[in-house]
Amino acid sequence: MSDLRDLYQEVIFDHNRNPRNFGALQGANRLARGHNPLCGDQLTLYLKVEDDVISEAKFDGHGCAISTASASLMTERLKGMKVADAEALFDSFHDVLTKDDAPVDAASLGKLSVLLGVKEYPARVKCATLAWHTLHAALGNQGEMASTE
Amino acid sequence: MNLRSLSGSGAQKPLAVVKQGSPALDVTRVRADFPILQQEVHGKPLVYLDNAATSQKPQRVIEALTHYYTHDNSNIHRGVHLLSERATAAFEGARDKVQRFLNAADRREIVFVRGATEGINLVAQSYARPRLAAGDEILITAMEHHSNIVPWQMLCEQTGAVLKVAPINDAGEVELEEFCRLLGPRTKLVSVVHVSNALGTINPVRDMIRAAHDIGVPVLLDGAQAAPHTAVDVRELDCEFYVLSGHKLYAPTGIGALYGKAELLEAMPPYQGGGDMIRLVTFEHTEYNSLPYKFEAGTPHIAGVIGLGAAIDYVSELGMDAIATHEDALLRYATAAAADIPGIRLVGTARDKAGILSFLLGRVHPHDIGTILDHEGIAIRTGHHCAMPVMQRFNIPATARASFALYNNEDDVDRLIAALHKVIEVFG
Repeated sequence: MSDLRDLYQEVIFDHNRNPRNFGALQGANRLARGHNPLCGDQLTLYLKVEDDVISEAKFDGHGCAISTASASLMTERLKGMKVADAEALFDSFHDVLTKDDAPVDAASLGKLSVLLGVKEYPARVKCATLAWHTLHAALGNQGEMASTE
Repeated sequence: MNLRSLSGSGAQKPLAVVKQGSPALDVTRVRADFPILQQEVHGKPLVYLDNAATSQKPQRVIEALTHYYTHDNSNIHRGVHLLSERATAAFEGARDKVQRFLNAADRREIVFVRGATEGINLVAQSYARPRLAAGDEILITAMEHHSNIVPWQMLCEQTGAVLKVAPINDAGEVELEEFCRLLGPRTKLVSVVHVSNALGTINPVRDMIRAAHDIGVPVLLDGAQAAPHTAVDVRELDCEFYVLSGHKLYAPTGIGALYGKAELLEAMPPYQGGGDMIRLVTFEHTEYNSLPYKFEAGTPHIAGVIGLGAAIDYVSELGMDAIATHEDALLRYATAAAADIPGIRLVGTARDKAGILSFLLGRVHPHDIGTILDHEGIAIRTGHHCAMPVMQRFNIPATARASFALYNNEDDVDRLIAALHKVIEVFG
């Protein structure tokens, strides 16, 4: 039996209570909305991309502890990242949560590895990936609304 | 009676009223009838409080399916061999059971469908569609399940009709005056939920039916959530249509029933074409079968129908009044216990309410509540409960919902309450 503490680690509680980079971003030039129809979670991701580098990232909306912490941790991580590197991070983060045999590169995941606990909770994986799908949409200009479905 | 005796003391529990001929439910015995309840989840005895999503099945229903597939499996109605005769007798016997369960006047008024959803779609396409012109109106309420919204929206797209929605108040009760005001010369059908799956509200369906009938408008009742909770008498209600889902009534998934007044069903075209619903087929002309077979195209879910019959036998023997009394007492017990939880907010506080406790807990998202409760062995539902407009009405994304069935007891509620305290502790 998996321990609840593997899912709800202290870092997650911290980012849920005090989400970083929360609020609308003035001067954002990339924006996408994410929606998880299963639980009603909604978030808007604002990015400022200059010379192929994400200089600012913020989000707002409402969601569960996992999705809020994931969005918070993601925006922390994105700042200063090249767009291509952010896309690569989306791919590896998504794979590590959704594929059984995906290699876990703890070094590249860094702080994001606190979210790996959701692997034991199939119903919660989409909570952790919502912000990332939204990032993918914002970077790829795939229209406004990203969905976990 | 003086005022003092009317108001009473707040601490006093209301006495359970059991109607004559309906002994109180022996829940310990009832629980033993449900093998699935005898298991542990995450190392703790299962507390199943997701009954409004689907109910568990008693041994008798499981055995009815096993018996059918072990001894009687064959196709119905046209076989000349013994197995087909037995299967047909069991299938049609279940129709009689549904007829008695709903107190319909005639067995031909019971049509087997996949569930309440299909029943509503059938009425939308076969009854309403040929009768609607652009600008005509269908009236529903703001507390409907998606299954009683989307079929009408599709119908409106097809016909140019307009969907009207009677509002609900902050307690989750329909605003009856507004409902009556929305009934007008363009209203062609009223379709309302009998008991709300998201809020637990029992609608004043008698008043609503009377108001609709006053101006000659037929009424469909969505009884998916009501049928497992309360005795339903379609003749006393005088509704034109009533739909129910077997899986919420301790029967298998994928089977349900539509009741319709015979003269309406007679006048309706078939919903689907195929085998069994015909009397004569040539390439030039097809003659449809009589009621109810006109609406039952293709080989039906025979085992499911037989399971539904077994489930109806089971609840009928326990007594629908006893079941309602038990679930009402449990809801009162749970509502009182929940009141002591800091930060809880009940969503749906109708005076007339059945078996459902929908709530929010401080700033903890319902999804997180659900995961922590699951770890405590408690199954509840979190989300919009297929009633997104209800969530929009209360301006919330989701709720956590505990819903009670005949096998739940006060221990289940105590475990729920203790686990909610744990949620607060974890998220404190």
